[in-house]
Amino acid sequence: MTIAAAADLNFALDEISRKFRAEHSDVDLRMAYGSSGNFYAQIRNQAPFDIFLSADVEYPRKLVHDGVGVRDSLFVYAVGRIVVWVPASSPLDPATALRAASVRHVAIANPQHAPYGRAAEAALHSLGIYDSVAGKLVLGENIAQTLQFVQSGAADVGIVALSLALAPPVRAQGRYWIVPIGAYPEIEQGGVILKDSKAAREFRSFLLDEVGRRILKKYGFSLPAN
Amino acid sequence: MDWQAIWLSVRLAVSTTLILLAVGMPLAYWLAFSPHRWKFLVEAVVALPLVLPPTVLGFYVLLAIGPRSPVGALYARLTGGMLPFSFQGLLVASVLYSLPFTVQPVAAAFAAVDRKLVEASWCLGVSRLATFRRVIIPLALPGVATGAILSFAHTMGEFGVVLMVGGNIAGVTRTVSISIYDQVQGLNYGAAAETSLFLLAVSFTVLALTYALQRRVWALWPMS
Repeated sequence: MTIAAAADLNFALDEISRKFRAEHSDVDLRMAYGSSGNFYAQIRNQAPFDIFLSADVEYPRKLVHDGVGVRDSLFVYAVGRIVVWVPASSPLDPATALRAASVRHVAIANPQHAPYGRAAEAALHSLGIYDSVAGKLVLGENIAQTLQFVQSGAADVGIVALSLALAPPVRAQGRYWIVPIGAYPEIEQGGVILKDSKAAREFRSFLLDEVGRRILKKYGFSLPAN
Repeated sequence: MDWQAIWLSVRLAVSTTLILLAVGMPLAYWLAFSPHRWKFLVEAVVALPLVLPPTVLGFYVLLAIGPRSPVGALYARLTGGMLPFSFQGLLVASVLYSLPFTVQPVAAAFAAVDRKLVEASWCLGVSRLATFRRVIIPLALPGVATGAILSFAHTMGEFGVVLMVGGNIAGVTRTVSISIYDQVQGLNYGAAAETSLFLLAVSFTVLALTYALQRRVWALWPMS
């Protein structure tokens, strides 16, 4: 069974799949991480995935609508949060970094196709600083590249996913400020089953049940209300 | 169609080609004629961008021109600007990325010039520079043209390196291939198909031109 998953799930899902394998030794579980938009295009062209875990809920919804996703299997597994992130060595305070005059480049994910980029853009608008940073924006292809722009020093500050800021290789490398939840529309991360099977159903329940939720929470995802 | 991105790519490709001709011709001359023992090492370095994935090249370039590197710090001191996320930064990356596409055909063309003609020129008292300009270049012109055209085409279609160092700024670093990628990611398949077709047509024209130049005999009309 192969799961196509958004890149921001990398660390959480590795742990979840380890736990799942321990309980279901008969299932041969494989992960493919990448951009949700790429996966969407591939899946529409018959890519051989069993489950798709997207960084938003729109792509899976479209797949169900297109008749590619299994009709009743759409689910929301997490709600993403965004943070303002600066490297540990930076003199900037993440809470005020976006307003700092010394900042030359602010990295966000591309709002055209990355859900976290759309959230970042919305947050900049509602914090009232979009106009002052618009000329400084550089766009990462996805949220991980956005972080890399800041990590390399090429950009001074970035808006990335909390899950990424909490990821084990990143945690010690920077400081972050959690953007208030009301500042941007909720980033619902959704998934869908593409090829129905007992194993696929079991994985979906595993992800949505206690163990899955606990691990997702640990890696910085809020949980959907229900 | 994203004309802004197309125009940016054309500007980038033309600038890259001009710089590569200026840098690549002396380098190709040295590779073609130097008897130096360690020449093969330079040849290997020049050919690296053919083999390395653009992501590797882009990753290194971003670190190499970033503000924490000596190069980036020097550039910031001289110009007050920064290389990453700028047209100049893309230019540096493109020149490195397309280097073998200029140097290899040009060096091969230089090496194919009849050595007797070059030495005859020297014996007649013509300087090395003048011989290079008046004997070698005219005889190697198809190779030079091939190098220039391939570098132009390669830069037009450059994707991975730009993705890694560009930051996708409209009019500054959003090249045509990035624009197509964005359109696909945004599920805007119609626009993506349109721009892709344009790029395909440009690439085909450029390559057809290259191979036309390489033909030895150009009989446009049957002679007899």
